[in-house]
Amino acid sequence: MTQPSSDASVLQARGLSVRLGGREVLHSIDAAIRPGWTALVGPNGAGKSTLLRTLAGLQRPDAGEVQLLGRSMAQWRVAERARHLAWLAQQGDITGELTVRETVDLGRIAHLGLMGNPGVADAAAVERAMALTECTAWSQRRLQALVGGERQRVLLARALATEAPLLLLDEPTTHLDAPHQVALARLFARLARYSQPRHTLLTVLHDLPIALQADRLLVLANGRVQAEGPPTDPALQKTLMAVFGGAIRIEPDRSGRPSVALVLDQG
Amino acid sequence: MSAEASPAGASHSAALGNMQVAPAEDIDVRRRRRLLLWLLGLALLGVGAGLITGAHGFSPSAFWADLQGDQAGLIFGQIRAPRTLGAALVGALLGLSGAIAQGVFRNPLADPYLLGSASGAGLAVVLVLAAAALGGAYISLATVIWLERIGLVAAAFFGSIAGVSLTLMLAQGAVQTLRLLLAGVVVGVLLGAGTDLLTVISPDALRGKQVFLLGSTSFLGHSSLLMMGSGLLLLLWLARRQARALDALTLGEDSAISLGLDLGRARLALVMMLSLGTALAVSQAGLVAFVGLVAPHLVRRHAPGPHAWLLLASAAMGAVLLLVADVISRALIAPQELPVGVVTAVLGGIYLFVLLKRRGLP
Repeated sequence: MTQPSSDASVLQARGLSVRLGGREVLHSIDAAIRPGWTALVGPNGAGKSTLLRTLAGLQRPDAGEVQLLGRSMAQWRVAERARHLAWLAQQGDITGELTVRETVDLGRIAHLGLMGNPGVADAAAVERAMALTECTAWSQRRLQALVGGERQRVLLARALATEAPLLLLDEPTTHLDAPHQVALARLFARLARYSQPRHTLLTVLHDLPIALQADRLLVLANGRVQAEGPPTDPALQKTLMAVFGGAIRIEPDRSGRPSVALVLDQG
Repeated sequence: MSAEASPAGASHSAALGNMQVAPAEDIDVRRRRRLLLWLLGLALLGVGAGLITGAHGFSPSAFWADLQGDQAGLIFGQIRAPRTLGAALVGALLGLSGAIAQGVFRNPLADPYLLGSASGAGLAVVLVLAAAALGGAYISLATVIWLERIGLVAAAFFGSIAGVSLTLMLAQGAVQTLRLLLAGVVVGVLLGAGTDLLTVISPDALRGKQVFLLGSTSFLGHSSLLMMGSGLLLLLWLARRQARALDALTLGEDSAISLGLDLGRARLALVMMLSLGTALAVSQAGLVAFVGLVAPHLVRRHAPGPHAWLLLASAAMGAVLLLVADVISRALIAPQELPVGVVTAVLGGIYLFVLLKRRGLP
């Protein structure tokens, strides 16, 4: 794999349109995802999950195309793609009786195929991923027996265990309590800024305080990109407040970083 | 993961690395080992009981007399042994097919007959019977009976495969689960209607079909053992190769694809495996109900695990279930026999009812 320079986009959408159930959900979207952490935000029904699925190659666009590392998504073989790009579902729809460890092990399929025996490097990748999401302690418990937030961390570990440099995560902080939300935000920032090679993260997030910690924001509403840029960009902040119908207010905190507050007074 | 390079990440994971937990893995391993020992013991008992059970029912004294008689070789070598071992093989094929079906469809209530194999076998069997009834006017009766016997096995096998193939064609491959299941329902209804129509035209075929498809181990001979045995070995080998695909599917179809699984291809392979297993079982023993549904359930309940284990253990469980059902079907109203399919249906129905009562549907 050729490492993209830090400015080149890893994932690119060109004129992407997607219809679901006869309704156009995404309208001619152009977006370039660069190394670093990008948060995809927007109100319910904006098309965030559909955009993420399409960018992950799981949903075929009706028009336009997605390019991964400069190559059309359709040209990637599934296993090859999985070594470059990991995707985390919004809500795990889990069946079966796998343990936590067996679940995270599945992250190595792209490297091992269906028959390969896991080696030292595979075990190390799995253990690192479990340590990063703090689920080592339950490695022998069954996934079905965990509560939502715990399960979410295991599934994130499964995505990290692929060692793919591009992570597309659909609401990874759902069901998590505040300490674990903060831990994840720190993990994302670390992966995006300090790891070598730098990871590219695109995370759908409903938690705006966490989304504002990202390097860049992609604001989606009504199936269109409304704004894109760093969270400190005043124009982007204005658009963000507008797409949420004035229910939030973004203003700098004491350190000058943007922070978000809910507007509860009927004024 | 290169994030480890950062000092924060390193200390973080080191702290957690020390928190190694109680060896719960051992519990799973112990449960699996215990289940295997149980199954092995029950299988030996079942084979023993199968050899003992004859025209006098389950009767050790009659068994003793038979052993000393001059017909011992015939009774045990040609009849009871192939029948008993054949029952185990039919059960193993159904248990394995059921476990594959439940994994492919991500549904613990899926059944190996779901994709049109039963209705396909039924229609093909009736076609052969009806043709034989018509042909009986022109050729000798013995030839007809011989043709029927060979023809029925082949018809059930190819009918079963044809039923699944038709389902796959209607569903345009195995990519979409819901489409596949609906196509299976459509094929079941249409082929069932065709079968009914034929039996109206040729009533003789109805009786023959009932005998053949109610599920019976009485036709099993050495050739059946060879066919089913080699089929089972092939399927177990293939199933091991696909077990990880079924594990990936437990996380959902999109997740499985994102993990690098070529879902369309894997599912097609699995559907073909389950239809081969079902066709082999149906062609040798008719439609034996519930074993494919219940065997994987029992395994999951007593010793859950990944599919590499589940598939193997479901085959063993199916073998034991059908061994027991076969002995019951031969012993209960000896010297008459019950169709083994009826016995498994009653036992399976009771099991599911108890399950329903105890904790609602899983």
